[in-house]
Amino acid sequence: MQADQPQEIASEGKDLFAKFDDVIALREGLLAQGREDPFNLVMEKVLSPTRAICNGRDTILLGTYNYMGMTFDPDVVEAGKQALADFGSGTTGSRVLNGTYQGHKEVEQALMDFYDMDHAMVFSTGYQANLGIISTIAGKGDYVVLDIDSHASIWDGCAMGQAEVVPFKHNDVEAMEKRLRRIPEGAGKLVILEGVYSMLGDVAPLKEMVAVAKKYGAMVLVDEAHSMGFIGENGRGVVETAGVIDDVDFIIGTFSKSVGTVGGFCVSNHPKFEIMRLVCRPYVFTASLPPSVVATAETSIRKLMHGSNKRAHLWENSRNLHKGLKDLGFTLGTDEPQSAIIAVIMPDLEKGAAMWEALIKGGLYVNLARPPATPANMTLLRCSLCADHSESEVDEILAIFEKAGKEVGII
Amino acid sequence: MDRAQVDAKIRELAEPFNKKGVEITEGTTFANDLEFDSLTVMDFVAEIEDEFDIIISMNQQAEIENYGQLVDAVTKLQAS
Repeated sequence: MQADQPQEIASEGKDLFAKFDDVIALREGLLAQGREDPFNLVMEKVLSPTRAICNGRDTILLGTYNYMGMTFDPDVVEAGKQALADFGSGTTGSRVLNGTYQGHKEVEQALMDFYDMDHAMVFSTGYQANLGIISTIAGKGDYVVLDIDSHASIWDGCAMGQAEVVPFKHNDVEAMEKRLRRIPEGAGKLVILEGVYSMLGDVAPLKEMVAVAKKYGAMVLVDEAHSMGFIGENGRGVVETAGVIDDVDFIIGTFSKSVGTVGGFCVSNHPKFEIMRLVCRPYVFTASLPPSVVATAETSIRKLMHGSNKRAHLWENSRNLHKGLKDLGFTLGTDEPQSAIIAVIMPDLEKGAAMWEALIKGGLYVNLARPPATPANMTLLRCSLCADHSESEVDEILAIFEKAGKEVGII
Repeated sequence: MDRAQVDAKIRELAEPFNKKGVEITEGTTFANDLEFDSLTVMDFVAEIEDEFDIIISMNQQAEIENYGQLVDAVTKLQAS
């Protein structure tokens, strides 16, 4: 036995990591085929919102959720630099203690202006925004009715709050209504929906769903993470397009997609909303965002209010990529482009990983999405477009897809 | 509906999901014996909920491992 190694204790103790053996085997199996690891990509240099050097190759980025290309906006970058100089690198504190700076109030004001709502509360990540709001408002004895394809942060919020969780089939208005109807009288009800579902890039029928939720007296929370800045006349999301923004009680969003930095938020018109700052644990018991982050977010949000030209170009990109991929013979997640996400459905995980590798070697980065994160155990190559992708870049993307698809034998 | 009637009805609903034709007894488990994945569970639960006009929340589902427990839970839920 070597002296510098811990002595192995021969006990009956169970290895708590044993529960991960299946995942470890799956991963090893994938890598044993000599594949590049889709979950271990390194960007050595980021050239622009649409280009980076990834694993040593010049690569087009088509899987970063950087929908509006704000990450390199000169005003945004300048605001961050200025805040770093004026306020330092971090707050070292909770929002309710020493972690609220001028910039945190300003970014919350920018959100209230962007959504035209009375209250805005900024969290350190989008995950924490869902976790915090859902777990705090839906407690033991309350009912949460939610779409089965909801994001992990929504499920985790439900679990943490200990409410009764009642899922319904994806985007099925009738299934949702049946469940609402059966909830015992007098119980608190929260319906949770997403504007755009990130796996397939499809949109929820919010007009019908919000009307049904209201009919049964439920409060409604809509996660608009993947639509902010892009969908709706003012970029307020699917709730805006569907004309239901005034009937929705809470909108959850993130800074890590269109806004181009990191952070999460909730906006609301609820008259008692401000109490959330004292009772919401994922808000209280964590450090607030660094000053540079809130400064970049505020500048970006204010610029997104005037982003209609960029929005129009992003829609063009989405339509062009969708049509191009369809014409090449790929199977897509939606019949028509509904958002800036185009999901390409792979026959299985092995083919999906092979296709992902062929794309990355061809100079294109997309997300490989696999079970259990995906609906119906599908393997997907998820493409998220940017308003800064040029028309010729979209052509280039299609050419890389065609070559890779033929190599792997998918088309 | 008494327990036997509930049992008979659920057996009928389970049939199309029981792809391998496993013999269902009180102790048959959904995850191991019937090999239901999460999507199958959702569809199966939805059918039972619609048939009996009840809610079986995820929290209640977490307590149900085998067929007998399901019949007990549904018998109780539909009576209340």
